[in-house]
Amino acid sequence: MKKAISVAVLSLLILALGYFANRSNLSGSEAANPAASSTEKLVLTGSSTVAPLAAEIGKRFESRHPKVRIDVQTGGSSRGVNDARSGLADIGMASRALKPDEAELRGFTIALDGISIILNAANPLTTLDKQQIIDIFTGNITNWNELGGHDAPITVVNKAEGRSTLELFLHYFDLKNTDIKAQVVIGDNQQGIKTVAGNPDAIGYVSVGAAEYEAGHAVAIKLLPLDGIEASVENVRNSRFPLSRPLNLVTKTEPGGVAKAFIDFAGSAEVNDLIEAQYFVPVAH
Amino acid sequence: MTLSKRNILSLSLTDKRLARLLGGCALLAALVVVLILGFLLGESWPVLHHAPLTHFFTDASWHPTQHLYNVMPMLTATLLSSLGALLLAGPLGIASGLFMHYYAPPRLAGVYRRLIELLAGIPSVVYGFWGLVTLAPLVGRLHPPGVSLLTAILVLALMVLPTVALIADAALAAIPAAYLRGAAALGLSRWGMIAGVALPAARTGLVSGLLLATGRALGETMAVLMVAGNAVQQPHSLFDSVRTLTANIALEMAYAMGDHRAALFVSGLALMLLVLILVGMADVFQRKATYA
Repeated sequence: MKKAISVAVLSLLILALGYFANRSNLSGSEAANPAASSTEKLVLTGSSTVAPLAAEIGKRFESRHPKVRIDVQTGGSSRGVNDARSGLADIGMASRALKPDEAELRGFTIALDGISIILNAANPLTTLDKQQIIDIFTGNITNWNELGGHDAPITVVNKAEGRSTLELFLHYFDLKNTDIKAQVVIGDNQQGIKTVAGNPDAIGYVSVGAAEYEAGHAVAIKLLPLDGIEASVENVRNSRFPLSRPLNLVTKTEPGGVAKAFIDFAGSAEVNDLIEAQYFVPVAH
Repeated sequence: MTLSKRNILSLSLTDKRLARLLGGCALLAALVVVLILGFLLGESWPVLHHAPLTHFFTDASWHPTQHLYNVMPMLTATLLSSLGALLLAGPLGIASGLFMHYYAPPRLAGVYRRLIELLAGIPSVVYGFWGLVTLAPLVGRLHPPGVSLLTAILVLALMVLPTVALIADAALAAIPAAYLRGAAALGLSRWGMIAGVALPAARTGLVSGLLLATGRALGETMAVLMVAGNAVQQPHSLFDSVRTLTANIALEMAYAMGDHRAALFVSGLALMLLVLILVGMADVFQRKATYA
């Protein structure tokens, strides 16, 4: 009896091993030969800012081209650019303009996004100039009363290393991340908005689209104007707002076939409603 | 060990086969740990082989994109937040175990046990979210910015409390009834019975509950990420913002490339070594306690 059980256990183990070995064989051959399957697959990786938009555009694209599958993965703009360059992805997504050392890649702007400085709604200040913002983020000004506000220490909310929002912010204010004296470091826009909404003395920066939406839905934050220009979706669209960024699709070479069809579709007026639904700003057509 | 034949002096063929099979399974389980260590070392290698190990302890700060890799503040934060959570949840958890067994009426004890089990089942991200929108502003009223070492300790304590309480409950339930009857027959007071008989008899179970709780506190990521503030600095008070090793990995991994990515694996390696040291210490402590 015992012997029978151990034999049964052993044969089960062998069966399981064989099954898994078989599976990995199968997936290996599929990966090596994508053209063998009848559907075509387009892999997009990169910026978590662009990814939700790309996924929505991908759904609409799939419904019009039933034989195409769009696979969207996040991992940041740097990953998007790297994957496009190395060929790991068909199309990379980057929430920034291409850098000079990325000039060999092709970029296609599908939408615009702006970064807004946000304060808690209870903060009496309504405007800060560029130098004041720099002084706050570098720790030269540590109390709101130095700027005419309440007597309360300032809570500086910064973004985690590697995020494109951080890069754009540092680039615009000409700072290095080592210069910034932050009390709170956050990951995504939502965490930033929740942190500033929950702390009357906090200052942070997030996407204009996300901030405008939350501020319009009774979340206790307010958007600060920059250089006298109001932080709004409208001003990002007409390129007046200085702290804004393009959302790009990136390819290694001039795209062809399905990739070209997808990029053309993503840049067309047919997806404007999807772009606006994510609080981004469509490019002028 | 129960053997499968009557002559117990030598193993039967079946026993030998079974022993080989079980030995193989045990080897696989042990191999996983070795593989994880090897993987961590392999992934950290790109930065370890051109930057000496001292970088990770003596650099000015943690700014991996500018090649500054000091992980010490995060190591301190990880240790302090777990220690704090354990100091709060340990006594509370053991006390609630004692309450369930020796003080509460049976029906109340049953309801209370269900509540604690429910507490154990709440996902950590829910604790984190609650900590961010409710607890952090409350702590912020005491001393800004609100997201701080203290908030992290409170949320972690709440999270590991059910672990300590449920294991204490199980350990107390496993005490042979004869011990307690003996204590009662000697005329000990209820507290005298708990302090003199129940706690010493359940000691091993209580310690392993505390160990499990420490493991959970050290490894907790999402909740801490949301409430600790994540500024990389040595904390000077409970109200300072801190970043733990796990939060560091979760916060930066998705966006890390090259040396930055490898440096994050080094912080993973540091966490693994920390856990190894703790487990080793607990082992030594338990051996001493058992044979003293």
